[in-house]
Amino acid sequence: MKSPASESPPAAVPAPDLPASHPPNQPGLLELFVAFAKMSLAGFGGVLVWARRGIVDQHRWMTAEEFNETFALCHFLPGPNIVNLSVVFGSRFRGVAGGIAAFAGLVGPPMVIATILAALYARYGEIDALRRILAGVSCAAVGLLMAVVFKMMMPLIKKRDLVGLVILLAVFIAIGLLRLPLQTVLLVAVPLSLGITYFLRQRVAA
Amino acid sequence: MNSDGNPISTLVWTFGLMSLFAVGGANSAIPEMHRIAVDVHHWMNDKQFADIFAISQLSPGPNVLIVTLIGYSVAGVAGALAATLAMCGPTAVLAYYVSRILQRSSQSRWPAIIQAALVPLSIGLMGASGLILALSSDLGWVAGLITAAAAVLAFATRLNPVWILLAGGALGFAGVI
Repeated sequence: MKSPASESPPAAVPAPDLPASHPPNQPGLLELFVAFAKMSLAGFGGVLVWARRGIVDQHRWMTAEEFNETFALCHFLPGPNIVNLSVVFGSRFRGVAGGIAAFAGLVGPPMVIATILAALYARYGEIDALRRILAGVSCAAVGLLMAVVFKMMMPLIKKRDLVGLVILLAVFIAIGLLRLPLQTVLLVAVPLSLGITYFLRQRVAA
Repeated sequence: MNSDGNPISTLVWTFGLMSLFAVGGANSAIPEMHRIAVDVHHWMNDKQFADIFAISQLSPGPNVLIVTLIGYSVAGVAGALAATLAMCGPTAVLAYYVSRILQRSSQSRWPAIIQAALVPLSIGLMGASGLILALSSDLGWVAGLITAAAAVLAFATRLNPVWILLAGGALGFAGVI
């Protein structure tokens, strides 16, 4: 995908065989902060789409493959994925300071907005009209979450990944119905799932 | 827990630990947030938790900002800041070091195996999030219908989720629920 980039600086000559740590465009600290703040503020209901757009298409700081690899890494690590991505991405270009700049851009401005909304809610949360609106938004938001769950389930169903689906169901029951603490469930489920996955891959490879 | 005396340290401890167990991101950790905020510490009731989730989805930025709202309701602005940094900090440091290690040994197949093993877990957790949130709003069959309609719309179309959220809000305002 090499459409002419209108916004890349003139110094950026495409050089496909450079190693991943030295891509053509090198963002500065302020640039990192501003770019992540923009992606974050544009991201209603998830920042990932905007992060991909900003990093790969707009700024060309990474190729699509590099972005996918970096995101895969951040997805299997615990914690908010996109936050992990900002730190990993920023630090790849500008070390620890870069990681902090990207993180601050991603979390800082929306956190200010969220705090203001929280203050408004604390003050006016009992107003009837607001309660009704929030109840409606809440229903829709739960629906959006369920859609994400189904979308993520589709590959497992298509692959007939029975083991995966059983693990999925077991976790759903343990957390959603039995309301067991997260740590307890994960301390059992993570080693189990890792063991089974490793075993199955060994068998396929053999 | 005897740290109840200082809400800030309870927030930091709670979310710092949760950060490292949030497999699959912030939405997977919602059941645990609900358990801690509603059942363990009684920071808020079911309905307020559902409200806070709705507000977090309405505001821009990463989903993790629901902890900002929880933190604020516990201890004001300081609580909001403490909860957010605690939820993001530990895992950000972990991500930094792991990515540096993996950059050196990029041929390892462990990332793929770990990812394959964790995907079903995080889907199960997110499913549980949906269930717990649906139960905590507890508004009857019309609400269930709106949830189902939103799910189908988001699944089957490429509609921007903001419109679905706003439509839900409009229906709520109109007094349908």
